[in-house]
Amino acid sequence: MQPSILEKIKKVVGSKHYYDSPEDRISYSFDGTPMLQQLPEAVVFPQNNEQISELLHLANKEKFAIIPRGAGTGLSGGSIPVENSIVVVMTKWNKLLEIDSANLTALVEPGIVTGVLQKEVEKLGLFYPPDPGSMNVCTIGGNVAENAGGLRGLKYGVTKNYVLGVEMILPTGEFLKIGGKSVKDVAGYNLKDIVIGSEGTLGIFTKILLKLIPLPTKSKTITANFKKIIDSGKSVADIISSQITPSMVEFLDNTTMNCVEDYTKIGLDRNSEAMLLIEVDGRGSSVDEDAETIVSILKKNNAVQIRIAENAAEALLLKTARRSAFSALARRKPTTILEDATVPRSELPVMIEKVREAASNFNVAIGNFGHAGDGNLHPTCLTDERDSAEITRAHKAFAFIFNEAIKLGGTITGEHGTGLAKKDFLESAVGKEGIEFMKKIKMVVDPNNVLNPGKILTLAPRCEGALPVKREQIPDYNAHH
Amino acid sequence: MISPKDKAVLLKFLPNDDILTQCMHCGMCLATCPTYELTKLERSSPRGRIKLIKYVAEGKLELSNLFAEEMNFCLDCQACETACPAGVQYGKMVESARVVIEHSNVGSSKINKVIKKFLLNSVVAKHSRLKLLARFLYFYQNFGIRTIAIKLLSIFPFAKKMIEIESLTPKISKVFSSEGLKEITFPENPSKYKIAFSTGCIMDIAFAEINFDTVDVLQKNQCEIITPKNQVCCGSLHAHNGEIEKAKELAKKNLDIFSEFEYDFLISNSAGCGAFMKEYIHLFVDDPQYSEKARGFSIRVKDISEFLANIEPNKQMSPLEEKVTYHDACHLCHSQKVMEEPRKVLQQIPGLNFIPLEESTWCCGSAGIYNVTRHDDAEKILERKMKNLQETGADVVVTGNPGCIGQLKHGIEKYGLKMEVLHTISLVKKSMDRNI
Ligand SMILES: Cc1cc2nc3c(=O)[nH]c(=O)nc-3n(C[C@H](O)[C@H](O)[C@H](O)COP(=O)(O)OP(=O)(O)OC[C@H]3O[C@@H](n4cnc5c(N)ncnc54)[C@H](O)[C@@H]3O)c2cc1C
Ligand code: SF4
Ligand code: SF4
Repeated sequence: MQPSILEKIKKVVGSKHYYDSPEDRISYSFDGTPMLQQLPEAVVFPQNNEQISELLHLANKEKFAIIPRGAGTGLSGGSIPVENSIVVVMTKWNKLLEIDSANLTALVEPGIVTGVLQKEVEKLGLFYPPDPGSMNVCTIGGNVAENAGGLRGLKYGVTKNYVLGVEMILPTGEFLKIGGKSVKDVAGYNLKDIVIGSEGTLGIFTKILLKLIPLPTKSKTITANFKKIIDSGKSVADIISSQITPSMVEFLDNTTMNCVEDYTKIGLDRNSEAMLLIEVDGRGSSVDEDAETIVSILKKNNAVQIRIAENAAEALLLKTARRSAFSALARRKPTTILEDATVPRSELPVMIEKVREAASNFNVAIGNFGHAGDGNLHPTCLTDERDSAEITRAHKAFAFIFNEAIKLGGTITGEHGTGLAKKDFLESAVGKEGIEFMKKIKMVVDPNNVLNPGKILTLAPRCEGALPVKREQIPDYNAHH
Repeated sequence: MISPKDKAVLLKFLPNDDILTQCMHCGMCLATCPTYELTKLERSSPRGRIKLIKYVAEGKLELSNLFAEEMNFCLDCQACETACPAGVQYGKMVESARVVIEHSNVGSSKINKVIKKFLLNSVVAKHSRLKLLARFLYFYQNFGIRTIAIKLLSIFPFAKKMIEIESLTPKISKVFSSEGLKEITFPENPSKYKIAFSTGCIMDIAFAEINFDTVDVLQKNQCEIITPKNQVCCGSLHAHNGEIEKAKELAKKNLDIFSEFEYDFLISNSAGCGAFMKEYIHLFVDDPQYSEKARGFSIRVKDISEFLANIEPNKQMSPLEEKVTYHDACHLCHSQKVMEEPRKVLQQIPGLNFIPLEESTWCCGSAGIYNVTRHDDAEKILERKMKNLQETGADVVVTGNPGCIGQLKHGIEKYGLKMEVLHTISLVKKSMDRNI
């Protein structure tokens, strides 16, 4: 980028909020996604709406790209820079602006950390349920942009179920406010649903209005181990069809369990093939009844070692252990490529088997875990980015898994978004028409393609420039595809 | 500039690519990093620093002042290691990066490096000289000279910070423990454990009474205690500050000295020293002469709280009514993973009103000599600790490291709290003494 343009950018935010040293560019060149990386030209921390708007005006005029970024825990490359771009970091916008106990809403800035918000509302007996594994680090802005899910999705839904409104700056610099405190709202198109999950391509959020619910007063956390992996899948299907809705039903296979145990040392059974972590919550005695029903379903499906957490501290320990699963898998091999295939819940046992098949067919190590109650699995390939032959096999295994998921009526990503990492598979999930519709929206909202270009979609007229490593660049990939 | 050849030699100090690649940049450590919390910049975060080190190791980033700044800004508190599910060995990386910086032309000025090196290698590493300096300090602190000096200095506005840093100098003990303790102390009851005691350099000259308390409590717990007279500094300060060769030299001396005695456990009451002595085993894995010795040594090292929590303790303790809270020293909780033991030891004191401290594992800013070398940053980190401490309403805050004791005392004075700072062992001793 020309120095004169960088000067203009610096002028907009002020030199104290502008960074372009090699050290800063390197440390903002990646997020939580494996193997994708690109240096931005600069990193800025805007101070107010006007500055964001000015930056976008400048980007349209001087033809550079803007990459919005929260905590950078994304797993599909959403906040990774592209060629000729600057990163706009929102983490300092972290205020909790208002909790309205009469309307059960919270108004927040997008950079607030999800877990911090949860702690604050829980002090008032209120509850914000979406709890991605990364909740102690990730931001609400990033959650809304990815429509993040979490462990409690089964009963409580995902981020989009809690967004009442957003304020945002559009790619062309205008300010837009969507939604409000009314629970019902059918005025015009439902714009909210288009911007939720837009992965930073349709606007930069500056405020978010969230729905809260009363905090459940009682919960029970159960773990069960299985000698045969298939029995865990059957248990999940039986629990779902028993008309109980647990708040979470999480699945861990043997590989994942062992890595988690290496990290947490909380005494998970290293020898069984699979484990379920189940939680039921609510108010009053129905919680105990549900727990009993679940235990009997587990027993019927040959569960061994059924354990009910004695107290809240023990339950938290178990859930925290589960949340560390993805990162803990990196203990085996340095590169963990995690996928996000999701199938209708009744197909879960089949999908679990298909993942095992992929691992053996393509000779790669795969640890499998996920939000079993939602049919959302995270088969994670344990590999080493320095071993290109193995990386190729890993990609083949994933292509196989995606195809199987789609055949079972599922989708390629349940919660991590498309970003750069899953772009190639988007068409198989949403169809040609789906992609065309999305492109049309993007082209109208962002005619110069300045905001997070190259994510989700590949667009004309302005091409994105060189993107961080594409799958096609990986040797042998095309041959298979 | 350093020559390419020198640079290549220097970069060999960095960990190999397998260790550097272990970080999968998931960011799960960000929320626990005090320096990232302060700046909100990725370069001050664990994964940011790791990436920078990797770039330097691969020759893709020049050694720069900013790189040095970030490596030195890090507290080396290792909270990120506790938080990292992937088992990334962050401490190893940053300490080796500091070796590279200390031997290169980036970072603090040459003269600063020379002074630091002199202090570490020629004063701290030579206990007789450290004691001599401490004697002067004692004289300075106790015969009115300090009061006059501070009064004189405070005329000058520029000296404000100097005075504040000066106030961090620990109060020198009248009798050093290395002089007050016998080489062998016999237990009151029949001997059950043979203990070797590491006095630590700072503990010895500035917190001698904690060492006396330690030996006293051990003595009442059926221990025969050997305190080798000629033991030297454990080397941890050197290792954390880029002087790894000196650290090894000191470690070898200690290995030789302690190997002359027979003992079941080697007890330390300084978290930093204990952590580093447990590391000797890794420090010398490839050293044919010392690997066996180091293994025998490191596996016996126990923090005093670890030891007491795992024996049947002397129950001759009387109730203490104080409200007590506990601050986890980084080198105890993050480096040694000792968290439950000190709490268990405290719970053994009858009647104790224990109040948990929010964010008890968050660094207090002491971090070895960080509160002197990076005073302003340390003060910002201290602020958060003080806020949490104030909220407990405790009368006593207990911790297990001399650096933390000094820093907490400084903070309590600065923020005008009414709170006593004690080492875990001193509270135990207090309860035992009341029994008499
Ligand atoms: C260990 C681990 C566990 C995880 N577990 C889960 C899980 O259980 N469920 C789940 O859904 N995800 C999970 N994730 C993925 C990730 O945490 C989520 O996608 C999260 O929502 C990202 O938030 P972030 O603040 O880190 O955003 P970033 O990664 O910084 O950004 C994500 C996207 O949001 C955009 N964005 C960020 N802020 C704004 C803003 N203010 N305005 C507009 N766009 C913005 C960015 O451009 C980018 O496209 C996990 C990640 C990790 C590392
Ligand atoms: S150090 Fe560990 S927790 Fe932090 S980013 Fe790296 S792998 Fe994740
Ligand atoms: S050692 Fe402490 S200060 Fe340094 S990166 Fe880790 S958490 Fe941050």
